[in-house]
Amino acid sequence: MRRRTFLVGSVAAVGGLALGYRAWTNAFEAQAAQLVARNGETLLGGWVKIGTDDTVTVYVPHVDMGQGTHTALAMMLAEELDADWSHVSAERAPGEKAFANRFLAEGWILQGWRLPVFLDGAIDMGFGEVARFINLQITGGSTAVRFTGQVGMRIVGAAARAMLIEAAARRWGVSAQELVAAHSIVTHAPSGRSQRYGDLAADAARLSVPASPPLKPRKDYKIIGRSVPRFDIPAKVTGALQYGIDVQLPGMLAATVKAAPVHGGKLASVDPTPAMRIKGVERVIALENAVAVVARGYWQASRGLAALEPVFTDGGNGTMSSQSQAAQQDQILGAGGSSRHKAGDADAALKAAPADRVIEASYRVPFLHHAAMEPINATAQFKDGRLTVWGGEQDALGSKAYLAKVSGLSAANVSLIALPVGGSFGRRIALTAQHLHQVADIARHTAPQPVKMIWSREEDFAQGAYRPAVASRISAALGPNGMPTAWSQVFIDIPGPGLNDGFLIPYAIPNQSIRSVTSATHVRTGTWRSVAHSQHGFWSESFIDELAAAAGRDPFEYRRELLAPASRHRRVLEAAAEKAGWGTPLPAGVGRGIALVESFGTIVAHVVEASLGRRGVPSVHRVTAAVDCGDVCHPDTASAQIEGAIVMGLSAAIAEEITVERGAIVQKTFSDYPLLTLASTPPHIEVHFLRSEGPWGGLGEPGLPPVAPALANALFAATGRRMRTLPLIAAAHRAAG
Amino acid sequence: MTALKVNGLLRTVDVDPDTPLLWVLREDLGLTGTKFGCGAAACGACTVHVDGAPVRSCSMPVSAAAGADIVTIEGLAASAGLADGALHPVQAAWIDLQVPQCGYCQSGMIMATAALLKKTPRPTDAEIDDAIGNLCRCGTYPRVRRAIRKLSDTT
Repeated sequence: MRRRTFLVGSVAAVGGLALGYRAWTNAFEAQAAQLVARNGETLLGGWVKIGTDDTVTVYVPHVDMGQGTHTALAMMLAEELDADWSHVSAERAPGEKAFANRFLAEGWILQGWRLPVFLDGAIDMGFGEVARFINLQITGGSTAVRFTGQVGMRIVGAAARAMLIEAAARRWGVSAQELVAAHSIVTHAPSGRSQRYGDLAADAARLSVPASPPLKPRKDYKIIGRSVPRFDIPAKVTGALQYGIDVQLPGMLAATVKAAPVHGGKLASVDPTPAMRIKGVERVIALENAVAVVARGYWQASRGLAALEPVFTDGGNGTMSSQSQAAQQDQILGAGGSSRHKAGDADAALKAAPADRVIEASYRVPFLHHAAMEPINATAQFKDGRLTVWGGEQDALGSKAYLAKVSGLSAANVSLIALPVGGSFGRRIALTAQHLHQVADIARHTAPQPVKMIWSREEDFAQGAYRPAVASRISAALGPNGMPTAWSQVFIDIPGPGLNDGFLIPYAIPNQSIRSVTSATHVRTGTWRSVAHSQHGFWSESFIDELAAAAGRDPFEYRRELLAPASRHRRVLEAAAEKAGWGTPLPAGVGRGIALVESFGTIVAHVVEASLGRRGVPSVHRVTAAVDCGDVCHPDTASAQIEGAIVMGLSAAIAEEITVERGAIVQKTFSDYPLLTLASTPPHIEVHFLRSEGPWGGLGEPGLPPVAPALANALFAATGRRMRTLPLIAAAHRAAG
Repeated sequence: MTALKVNGLLRTVDVDPDTPLLWVLREDLGLTGTKFGCGAAACGACTVHVDGAPVRSCSMPVSAAAGADIVTIEGLAASAGLADGALHPVQAAWIDLQVPQCGYCQSGMIMATAALLKKTPRPTDAEIDDAIGNLCRCGTYPRVRRAIRKLSDTT
């Protein structure tokens, strides 16, 4: 099974679905208009509001975590609408079902109904087929531009444009064919008449929404492809932007919590007295697996919490460690595993190969923490039988459904006000939203007063939802010409939201057998930027490099030969090599490494130049990226996403590692989980986009997976030492020691 | 009662003297542009100016800031003698180069940069590395350096 698949039975069922989908959409459009359109404003197509003053407001069903999606999605809609960009703005769509992101669902329909596993739980399987999508309003999976934009905002924009033109045609009694729309004005050239969108919108809203309006060809783009200033930036440089942690409500209390350090443990007992002695502390609340202190302010709450000596159980996990988990994984890696991908007969090809033509290697990656700069927090108020929660969640409707479940209220009595989030990277989705459960419980005790719960940085580290620590073993047989004839792999899967099809390799190897074995861990795991691609990219692209070395071939040429001529993958690989000056001389001690990974519909190749410092610290001098994500909506933001992914990827590859001892997370804060700093960021990072006719791909995540292998490969080129365990700083130390 | 001078205004607050300046700014004075990141002076999200020097306000007790000239991101432009609503040159450069992603660390980045450039208008790369130890998880560092370079080339 490549991804969790859900099928809607038969072709006939799909037809029925399309009809039901349309009715559902129409009903929600009316509700959406009620929610956001005020006097003098008209909502068209359910997602774009036009004022009599010609302002265009685009409602975006994604949270902007810094990816610039609000600007990009508004651009896509405004492009098709032929709107005057100087009057366009974007707003976060309300966390209501009327603004559920049906475009994500459509994106998946186009992809053959393969539902990413990170949405498990966000979708209520108890509803009928259509309503499966109702809770979708998630930001994740690099879906904003490629799904919401492509199959949503552009179509809505084109539909609204057609409606405005039709409204003008009826008003003037002319054919719509004679009308032209540009800069938010419809013009009838033969008669010299023109009308602004603001004057046409109310009439347009009475027309039916065309189902499949034609979209512009790329050559006619006026807005897409321009690096317009992002909407969100001014408020981010003045301190004016209100993140979840900045909510201020009358009478609001502060709270902080400590949960069982061993995941799966419960609170056994706590004596509240020491905290209650601290000025400003109002109460100590025993939760199922945590203790909370409520106070006048955060500082008092945190002092109160520090004074407590809560006793937690360990859920039977108190002897687990990173070492014991690794040993257990090594053991099961020897087992056959269940097939995830098969071509030809890899076993037979490996058996037939002479022993000196068989290469084998094992790789391991650690748990990783999201470490977003805004610590986990949420604010909640129980009042008059209703629960209102303010917070920066990636997944407003999923979080709302989760809150309804844990609070026992009906969804109608739960509101989630989704606010900007100070980084998330996959952390704040409903599947790993225990903080929402906590704040709802705490607010029940403080009702009717609202309470803002903030985790200390230490709690944020201790209670993460980490990228799983996993391993893989790969063997390959090389033919007489040094090219691989067989690739046989087994890797560890941790059940949870972090699975995807990242294990597939792009290379033409005739015999492939890729298998997985399942390993359990008591440690909470989640979706970390690029999800399972982060580990699969590392070992697949390290191993292909090992094969090139074993064959005595240049690692770029070797990969290139295994990619189909004129394929997107090959073009991207070649572009990265060319822009990086592959093959040109380097200073002594510096090596060049390359890696190529496709994820979320986008193909990325990085070339890294690096050396190993005296104390085993990898030093990165230059990174050159080549990216094919189909078309590019906002080039500057697209570059920023790749730059950021390179920095985060280097940070993780070089030094990040969450370890477990006696069942608990060892790392407490940034001092023992060192992030890359400005000083250690390579001075040269270049990003090159290759525009292709391929479907639009994502950009938030795909820049990350090739980073670690490109760096490890560069260090191999520099030192002759192959590092198969992340982080590289630890691997370098081990090798040196 | 503790008397504080924040963004040019005298404010009195009724808090324990050991309360970190950060929480007084955020919770008692409502200046939420200064962010909580770690509480241990490790990330720089809470950077403010105290008598012109960049200070990590999560680790400075409010009593130590009493009587000093405190400037937060909200008062940065005014502290440079600029009119209400104007942008400090560092803020303008940040917009020009579209530096922020999620933006959460950027108040601290901007405050650290403004303090650096006031003291050292043309910093070397090593001086920039030294002064800007702020953490950014989105990875905006390449643009932060470019923005600082641009500002120092124009001063």
